[in-house]
Amino acid sequence: MTLDDLFRLAPYSLEASQKEQVLSEILSDLTRRHYANCPEYARILNALSFDASKNHTCAELPFIPVRLFKEFELRSVPQEQITKTLTSSGTSGQAVSKIFLSADNVRAQSKTLNEIISSFIGKQRLPLLLLDTEMIKKDRSMYSARGAGIIGFSIFGRNSTYALDAEMNIDLEKVSSFFEEHKNEPILMFGYTYMIWQFVVRALEEKNISFDARNAVLFHIGGWKKLKDQAVDALEFNRRVQSRLGNVKVYNYYGMAEQLGSVFVECEHGHMHCSNYSDVIIRRPKDFSPAGIGEKGLMELLSVLPTSYPGHVLLTEDEGEILGVDNCPCGRKGKYFKIHGRIKSAELRGCSDTYEKR
Amino acid sequence: MTNEEKYANAFCQAFDIEPEAAKNLTFQAIDAWDSVGHMGLVAQIEEAFGIMLEPDDIVDLNSYEKGKEILAKYNVEFA
Repeated sequence: MTLDDLFRLAPYSLEASQKEQVLSEILSDLTRRHYANCPEYARILNALSFDASKNHTCAELPFIPVRLFKEFELRSVPQEQITKTLTSSGTSGQAVSKIFLSADNVRAQSKTLNEIISSFIGKQRLPLLLLDTEMIKKDRSMYSARGAGIIGFSIFGRNSTYALDAEMNIDLEKVSSFFEEHKNEPILMFGYTYMIWQFVVRALEEKNISFDARNAVLFHIGGWKKLKDQAVDALEFNRRVQSRLGNVKVYNYYGMAEQLGSVFVECEHGHMHCSNYSDVIIRRPKDFSPAGIGEKGLMELLSVLPTSYPGHVLLTEDEGEILGVDNCPCGRKGKYFKIHGRIKSAELRGCSDTYEKR
Repeated sequence: MTNEEKYANAFCQAFDIEPEAAKNLTFQAIDAWDSVGHMGLVAQIEEAFGIMLEPDDIVDLNSYEKGKEILAKYNVEFA
């Protein structure tokens, strides 16, 4: 099976056994491709004495730490085919990762995000309120992960409206007229977890202002660390969003700049789901062997999308656990999991966690 | 204006280019046609023809020619 074949399936349709077969084939192909075209990656595989010529199971494929994208410029296509260099979020003093994207890779990312998100909200494009500032797209040479996330999400919306001004203050007039104009239809909202909390929810609470959306869906991404410091969990977040914005269905999702597109969405039951395009393997920190269901460890993320850089099998600095496979009550097939957050001493790197007010 | 002219004009407006430069253009071939510019182009095309593209079609719209094929689904015909 190829990526194009995957695009013909519903995004949460593959059961564990089928999926292992499909992913191991595609990921082994990608491993060969990166081995042949990215000299740094080839050196790593050689050092591991890994035989890329054969197909391997998903768990056998060598993972590389996400940090490598900060330390090295890793690409698997000639420089002239790189149309975008994505820089991940990083607070000052932290190195940023650089992801080299070809036009084909970018397109596959959009297509995948589209398959995943539209399986939740349908194919119609809804009026979109972006809970961020338009400034994020002004400097186009700096294609940050945060900006890319917003632009990438824009394909699901129409009449895209930015809720925050350049100073990150909520533009009450603009937001009111957006809700007023679209009061009789479903609306879509998107933003980064911490920005939504700080500049929308907290700001509205301070001003004692609420809106009354009748039928809205909010997708948010970007990390919980800063909110955990304020003792805010998902339930509290959702409750406070709803009390300020109205009847909003809230979906949290998780993804990395290094694997844009193949995101993990939390379902109605609070479980993060792997789609057909991605998988998670939990590694025991002691010896990196794969952990079982319910066992905490380091999260390794697999994605079928990276073709222009060797980011298809990555070891993250996040801790998580698999909750189950193929049997979530929401009906989605594949593994579902829970993220426990960054391991200690890892740097801050979520899009919303690295925001600092100057 | 013919549909062809309207269509080329959408590219000119979105990317600030001449009509001749629009033909044969592909996604990311010029700096202006990046992901940000892409949504600008979609807006111009939608306004020109009074239509709304589906997300699938927005993703698939990766060249001047491909866009014409896509528009056929929305009953926009090119001679």
